[in-house]
Amino acid sequence: MALDLVPVWTTLLALAVFHYVVFDGFDLGVGILHGFVPENARAIVMNSVAPIWNGNATWLVFGGLGLLAAFPLAFVLIMLLALVFRGVAFEFRFRNPELRRFCVRAFFYGSAIATFAQGVVLGTFIQGFKVDGRHFTGTSFDWVTPFALLTGIALMFGYSLLGASWLILKTEGDLQRWARRAGRVCLIAVLVAIVAVSIWTPISNAEIARRWFTWPDIAFLAPVPIITALIAAGEWYALTRQQELTPFLGAVGLFSMSFIGIAISLWPMIVPFHYTLWQAASSASTQAFLLIGTLFLLPVILMYTAWSYWVFRGKVHGEVGYH
Amino acid sequence: MTLDAVFLSRLQWAWVIVWHILLPAFTVGLASYIAVLEGLYFFTGREMWFRISGFWTKIFAVSFGMGVVSGIIMPFQFGTNWSRFTDATADVLSPMMAYEGLMAFFLESTFLGVLLFGRRLVPAWAHFFAGLMVAFGTLLSSFWILSTNSWMQTPAGYKLVDGRFEPVDWLAIVFNPSFPYRLLHNVTAFYITTAFVVMGVGAWLLRRDRAVEDSRMMIRMALNLLIILIPLQIVIGDLHGLNTLEHQPAKIAAMEGLYDTAQPMPLTLFGIPDDEAATMRYPIEIPNLGSLILTHSWDGAVKGLKEWPANERAPVALPFFSFRIMVGIGFVMLFIAVAGQILQLRGRLWDSIWFLRLCPWAAPLGFIAVIAGWVVTEVGRQPWTVYGLMRTADSVSPSLTGADVALSLAFYIVVYLIMFPTGIAFMAGLVRRGPQPQAASERVESGLPSGPFKGATRTASDS
Repeated sequence: MALDLVPVWTTLLALAVFHYVVFDGFDLGVGILHGFVPENARAIVMNSVAPIWNGNATWLVFGGLGLLAAFPLAFVLIMLLALVFRGVAFEFRFRNPELRRFCVRAFFYGSAIATFAQGVVLGTFIQGFKVDGRHFTGTSFDWVTPFALLTGIALMFGYSLLGASWLILKTEGDLQRWARRAGRVCLIAVLVAIVAVSIWTPISNAEIARRWFTWPDIAFLAPVPIITALIAAGEWYALTRQQELTPFLGAVGLFSMSFIGIAISLWPMIVPFHYTLWQAASSASTQAFLLIGTLFLLPVILMYTAWSYWVFRGKVHGEVGYH
Repeated sequence: MTLDAVFLSRLQWAWVIVWHILLPAFTVGLASYIAVLEGLYFFTGREMWFRISGFWTKIFAVSFGMGVVSGIIMPFQFGTNWSRFTDATADVLSPMMAYEGLMAFFLESTFLGVLLFGRRLVPAWAHFFAGLMVAFGTLLSSFWILSTNSWMQTPAGYKLVDGRFEPVDWLAIVFNPSFPYRLLHNVTAFYITTAFVVMGVGAWLLRRDRAVEDSRMMIRMALNLLIILIPLQIVIGDLHGLNTLEHQPAKIAAMEGLYDTAQPMPLTLFGIPDDEAATMRYPIEIPNLGSLILTHSWDGAVKGLKEWPANERAPVALPFFSFRIMVGIGFVMLFIAVAGQILQLRGRLWDSIWFLRLCPWAAPLGFIAVIAGWVVTEVGRQPWTVYGLMRTADSVSPSLTGADVALSLAFYIVVYLIMFPTGIAFMAGLVRRGPQPQAASERVESGLPSGPFKGATRTASDS
């Protein structure tokens, strides 16, 4: 009997995408905040992600590739170039002050644009895009919709919230206080965006509205907004008090609830409203071949990744002190 | 002039991959070299190994970072430019590339962090282990990506259903006929490329009386590796060629510029190929040598391109000339390695100014040979993406317009012309500073963070 591996793969891929969002999310967020921190703290901010950003970016290949492959060239180009500039700016830390200033700017703009682009992908994905057979047929500028622009900006604040809470964890003193303030600003913006998206999608799409607001589904799904609200309150509390790890966990919590919310709205579509997961999935043999290795490799990867985070635990100190 | 989406997409692919391949060509060998140095340091505790390793690790980090960013760009083109190819082959090729990511990318990037910044944070054995894992990761990456490429050259283990390739036998897919030869040929080429860079840098430093002990060791290690690997590479290359003759005879015909089937086949040293007239102009030939090399017999027959219809022939000029460049460089390399080895045996290596002057000029040779070899194999595969089964012209995304690709290609050209020269200049700066005399207890300055982490003080006693 052929085992249906699609649900297994869907779970794995969803986890990979989520992992990417959280991990590259906080280091893209750190990149965005980097443009706003006082100049003398920039080195510390960059150092807080130095040993791990390569690994984080790698998840894009695994988690993001499938989704982005469906998008038009011009769009993908923008995001890739932003990521390239960011990565390169990170690698080349010139002693020459002029080049250094350029790199600082490239790191900020690269992070910001890449994040915005991913937010737009998310928005377009939720709204659905045109396909013909198995090929994307929209034009290069289909993605410029108000909704996609909203999700683009929302994700910038979302990643910045993750970045700020990462900085709270990795720094101390004035920089940490600065990160708490930045985190609160981002949290407010993120909550506004979550509310806006939650109102916008059911209004513009009857199918999604039916899923959320018909009895008895509404009873089962009610915990989603309630838990989200509780986490948001907890996050605010954590950002204002002396908590160090909680803000990060809270931010991850908010992301998971949004993720679950989107999954509920779209399930079981992979190319929303055109293809289900089963129609888009590759052949059973392909899935089985990859699954065997993945089930073995994934725990190993998570183990050594965790080990490297353990190695680089603790606060970051720059040679340049922060005053 | 019309903008042809197929041609421009090919150009874009070539542009992006030619720059990218420079990085693995260097980092695969360098990662193994660093692992060896780390091992020597771990077992002997000699300061010198630590200095040399620290020096190359910094350079490795920069090239690896560039490899990651230029590498992320490539797979996206499957979706943007080659969606019909991707759709047709996804069931076969996507798990192979997924395995590359799962096995190699995470391993490399995670342990590179430890290798770079963890010297004082982890025990010495764990640091050595991190070096080994980075090297192992680069080799796994080569394994999967070359298996993927080989499958496109010599597809196996599939069945065609409605124009899409479906996997039947995974072992046959992964270990397809040309894969073992291609893997050996490439990895050996990467090691040789790195050895020439190490030797060139060592000679450059030595000529300026910098880090004399370290530079001499670099040159010696490189020479000892090269004298084994270059002859070995010639043998592997020959075997790879025979394998190609068996599975892709049209490619061999293009490489040799052979339009008419010949028995015995002469070896054309040089000539101007003319695809229109299907003839080689102004050929300089050595009789029978072609048969001897390709069939290992004095008068074996080799098929010419005219055996295939005109629309199934690869353009001759690029593979023909590239192949001559690659082989030519191979023999120049052999000469340098043998000359260096003789000087070393006579104990005159350090007095031979001409040799030390020559080495830095020879440093880029490996890169040129790798690119030339890649052009031979990829252009030689044309007009197919999956050899004999799927045409390049049928592989591009249907909605793609020439103007779209022209725009993205222009972007990539500008970005790469900024990124790569800057990166190379940056690495040259690192080379110029040379290996730094450092106490082993000091942390390795990686060029990235200016400060270690608090945990540093806790475990410092281990290093």
